[in-house]
Amino acid sequence: MAPELAGEILWRDVTREDPMADKTMTEEDVVGRLRSGMTVAIGGWASRRKPMSIVRAIVRSDLDDLTIVTHGGPDLGLLCAAGKVRRAVYAFVSLDTIPLEPHFRAARQSGAIEDEPLDEGLFHLGLQAAAWRVPFLPTRVGLGSDLLRDNPRLTTFTSPVPGPGGGEPEQLVAMPAIELDAAICHLNVADRRGNALFLGPDLYWDDLMLQAAPTGGRFLSAEKVVDTPDLAGHGTLHQMRISRMMVDGVVEAPGGAHFTLCDPEYPRDEVVQKAYATSASSPEAWAEFRANWVDIPEDEYRRKVREAAA
Amino acid sequence: MTSVTSETGRTTGTHVTRAEVCVVAVAECFRGDGEILANPIGTIPMIGGRLARASFEPDLCMTDGEATLIANDRAVVAAADRVVEYWNPYRSMFDWVWSGRRHVMMGATQVDRYGNQNLAAIGDYARPKVQLLGYRGAPGNTINDTTSYWVPNHGPKVFVEAVDTVSGIGWDKAAALGDAGRFVEIRRVVSNLGVFDFATPDHTMRLASVHPGVTVDEVVAATGFALVVPDDVPESRLPTADELHLIRDVIDPDGTREAEVPDPAA
Repeated sequence: MAPELAGEILWRDVTREDPMADKTMTEEDVVGRLRSGMTVAIGGWASRRKPMSIVRAIVRSDLDDLTIVTHGGPDLGLLCAAGKVRRAVYAFVSLDTIPLEPHFRAARQSGAIEDEPLDEGLFHLGLQAAAWRVPFLPTRVGLGSDLLRDNPRLTTFTSPVPGPGGGEPEQLVAMPAIELDAAICHLNVADRRGNALFLGPDLYWDDLMLQAAPTGGRFLSAEKVVDTPDLAGHGTLHQMRISRMMVDGVVEAPGGAHFTLCDPEYPRDEVVQKAYATSASSPEAWAEFRANWVDIPEDEYRRKVREAAA
Repeated sequence: MTSVTSETGRTTGTHVTRAEVCVVAVAECFRGDGEILANPIGTIPMIGGRLARASFEPDLCMTDGEATLIANDRAVVAAADRVVEYWNPYRSMFDWVWSGRRHVMMGATQVDRYGNQNLAAIGDYARPKVQLLGYRGAPGNTINDTTSYWVPNHGPKVFVEAVDTVSGIGWDKAAALGDAGRFVEIRRVVSNLGVFDFATPDHTMRLASVHPGVTVDEVVAATGFALVVPDDVPESRLPTADELHLIRDVIDPDGTREAEVPDPAA
């Protein structure tokens, strides 16, 4: 039999009437797939390209007792303020233009959350170990520092391999795999099956988080959802770094990263971020911010953002 | 009033600000580094790093502060004006850090006599009085690549007897590690008052120079541990006329350096 043309196979694949191929869902659907007590990685970096519409949906939900794995920004802060966080796994938490995250600080200083500090490189290795299904990856990062005091999951071991030049084997740190139950990221463009592009300067750790999370728990929101044949035209080949093999759910969320920045679509909304940061000053201020910017439907949120920008 | 000396030795009579002295002191930290990533973090550190590259250390690579390495002399460059040499997303940074091809200059909320640094938390870590940024990349930076520190607000609460949390490791921690600490080099600390190195037998911090207008006694009083003070402490060097031109007209024409370290004469 003559082989089918590659193009024909592709077209048949993506246009067939197959509900399994369409992974689109809503923010509430994502929340419905999560459970209290889960360990959830959140993509982006500080106050950049955070999946805020899904984070807000979590805040509005009954979920609690979450372990959040993040290069932290307002995602972690918002969840701390809402009492959703049992434990934070992070190397830093910042709002970029506001260097320290006030809601996270309040949670740490009041002892409201458990703390699992990492170095940025250990964070990377822990996700990579989980993605590669190995128990740990070796590094010297952490030696000599108080990380080994403050994060009891970090241990040292003697290398099974001789040192440089056949010398004494060296002491190393075992960075354990960061076992996830779910990962949530916000990308620029996706198709209905979960392939996606980042269009800004940095993918951050998004692909690695999605690879580290188990099947069934991998979600992304995107500024735009397009047909698969149109996907590549939205960027370059090198920006096509999220494969549908990494993704179980796709939420179309224009402005979904607001108030964090989403290059090249929009910059950080410094006015709303400032209001968010200021709301850490008192329970009343937080309640007001929450009523205005969290406890509202997404379409109303988008309308408010549009009106504020007008 | 501080005068500037040109490369021919001619005094021009121009007033040099404290911030400009700090910029030169930062630049000097990178002297001899060659073709590595110079990664100074902060306003004056970035200006100082750019000055080193624009003058005596032309092979340095430097970031835009985000995801590319750029060739521009200006400290802060609009995206459209960047002369990009390399795409350097955050994850690429570990390639430079872990291979040792990098010299980072970090800030420090606390630093001690061995160069241990804290930017994680003040007070008991388990229930901190003040939560700071977190450990960030400090443990991995210090154990793998050359590290210097920038302190724009020298005082006894920054230069402390012992840091509350060791995020960046100092010379004593490195020594205790033996071979595993072999890549540690805490080179210098630059503050708004002076320059400090670790050129002592046990790598405790030494006053290397005081900025013009600052006395040794002032520095000692502003330091919360016993600093090693040589008999003769030189003054930090002033920028040459060429360097002053680079700082003022090319690298930082908006004068952002003056906001970070206000000039005592202003």
